[in-house]
Amino acid sequence: MSAITITRAPTRKRRTLAAWTSDQLDLIVTPALAIALMVMLVTVWTYSTFDPTTERILEPDQLARQMWQQLLLAFFSTVAVVVIAVPVGIIVTRGGAPRLKNSMVSILGLGQAIPAYGLIVLFFVWLGQGALTVIFALATFALLPVLRNTIVGLEQVDTSVIEAGRGMGMTGLQSLTKIELPLAVPVIIAGIRTATVINVGMASLAFLIGGGGLGETINAGLKLNRPTAIFIGAVLVALLALVFDFIGGLAQRYLRPHGV
Amino acid sequence: MTEPLIELINVTKTYPGVDEPAVRSLNLKVEPGEILVLVGPSGCGKSTTLRLINRMIEPTSGKIIYEGEDVTKGDPNELRRRMGYVIQQVGLFPHRTIAENIATVPKLLKWPKAKVRERVDELLELVSMDPSLYRDRYPNELSGGQAQRVGVARALGADPDVLLMDEPFGAIDPITRDRLQNEFLRLQGELKKTIVFVTHDIDEAVKMGDRIAILRDQSEIAQLDRPETILTEPADDFVENFLGSGAILKTLTLRRVRDIDLDPMVTLKQPVHRGDALAAMSEANTTTAVLLDDHDHPLRWIDERALNSTRGSLEVSGRPIAVQLQPEDTLQDALSSMLQSSAGMSVVVDGRGRYLGCCTIESLAGLLLPQSNGIASP
Repeated sequence: MSAITITRAPTRKRRTLAAWTSDQLDLIVTPALAIALMVMLVTVWTYSTFDPTTERILEPDQLARQMWQQLLLAFFSTVAVVVIAVPVGIIVTRGGAPRLKNSMVSILGLGQAIPAYGLIVLFFVWLGQGALTVIFALATFALLPVLRNTIVGLEQVDTSVIEAGRGMGMTGLQSLTKIELPLAVPVIIAGIRTATVINVGMASLAFLIGGGGLGETINAGLKLNRPTAIFIGAVLVALLALVFDFIGGLAQRYLRPHGV
Repeated sequence: MTEPLIELINVTKTYPGVDEPAVRSLNLKVEPGEILVLVGPSGCGKSTTLRLINRMIEPTSGKIIYEGEDVTKGDPNELRRRMGYVIQQVGLFPHRTIAENIATVPKLLKWPKAKVRERVDELLELVSMDPSLYRDRYPNELSGGQAQRVGVARALGADPDVLLMDEPFGAIDPITRDRLQNEFLRLQGELKKTIVFVTHDIDEAVKMGDRIAILRDQSEIAQLDRPETILTEPADDFVENFLGSGAILKTLTLRRVRDIDLDPMVTLKQPVHRGDALAAMSEANTTTAVLLDDHDHPLRWIDERALNSTRGSLEVSGRPIAVQLQPEDTLQDALSSMLQSSAGMSVVVDGRGRYLGCCTIESLAGLLLPQSNGIASP
């Protein structure tokens, strides 16, 4: 009698290089760009001869201070965005208020309709100069992506999942915190990531009202016609934005709930 | 009749902005331990009715009584934790493991951890899923049938007395659905829960229901009775139309071989002589007999013509008996085996394979058409 052998295909999926690359694209492109920029930065810094004015603009201690300011401005304005937009997004999706939702999106969307430059000036007129004013202006400007993603993230949760939860006796709050928010996290984080990158870039305008940041270097380069200074200031802003984007990408990947 | 476990009294549901109510003054009693199936065409309000019971939809007027207590007011979440709820889309939480899904209600009720873990494993066993294999998996790793097993396990989480099931097997392929239905009936045999089951499929209703409520528009009860009664005595044209043309055939799935009188055919016990066989058959005025071995296991159909036309031994004449019925088989099984059988009848054996009698088309027809004298009469 001959035994029948069943050969089983290996269960572990063989993944193609292309599929792997497309999965990791997010986490490859940003560092690659950052490295390219870094190489350019170092090259320019090493091989250009700085005249005394450029040297004064590109004083390393000063650059470090400006970067730190830029970073703080971006960070706190993003925190402000999250603190405002996520709760608003939750409230307007709690049912019974579809009109409220649309009007909130329009009103908070106005922030993005006004140019950031104008927004900073408007807030300056209202609150006077300083970093806090910049933070408010940036937060207003970047509200929309987080608000919209919070709403979309909560609304894309499968209604049958919510129905099952409520049908088993979860309260509205339990359904929100245990089902809806965890399932909306990836989309909300994507919105926060966008807002962060916007804020890092827009913080370059803080110098306008004495908020510091790398805008000072770029502005000085423009005023004194020093292209090297403009270039280095701009590259540093771009590097900061890429770093924040990379952190956002990591957050999107690792804060995603299991099983989704 | 015992005290009903769930009672709807004059329940009406009108959605705002709609003139006609979705459910109009419905009165319904659900007895403890029964499967009550709500069945009707789409849009008749059967799902709404089910959701009124656990107040996923709040009634506009009327009363809901559960375990003798008016639950129309009060905290709906408390009420829902006392009733299992299964929906067609299952709605497993995708970000939670199978175990966490099943533990939902016990956790809401703040059971101690060890007890929850024990209960989860018990429930997975109950729905025939190996706990060690499935406990820590996520719902996206399950097939549709497995997902609904987990759905049922989750609904049974805190051992509620009542299960509300809204087309639970509706989105599952026919073969798996059939298996899940059978398994669920076996489960219900052990658990004896009170189940309200919504479906639009009359076959499923007949199979699952202890009682069936056929609903028409606005959840009006067209007929509420045992499946046999509904199939044989539809209350009106609506019910008859809804049952469709195959109603009498559907009753075949409800009755068992043990319900009909078996024909005592002529039996021949081995070893037997040709002459004795022919004599026995002509004495009983029949042309067919069943050959048994010395343990009463049926072996072959012996018929007179085959016996006369061959010279071979008795043991190889006639045709072998391929299909045997048992008393627990449904009459549908019986009919199909009779149609396959060369003799136009089937042998019925007991659990140990011993001959009990024969089941013929005539006896089946006699059962289905009690008024007539059977199709065999001259």
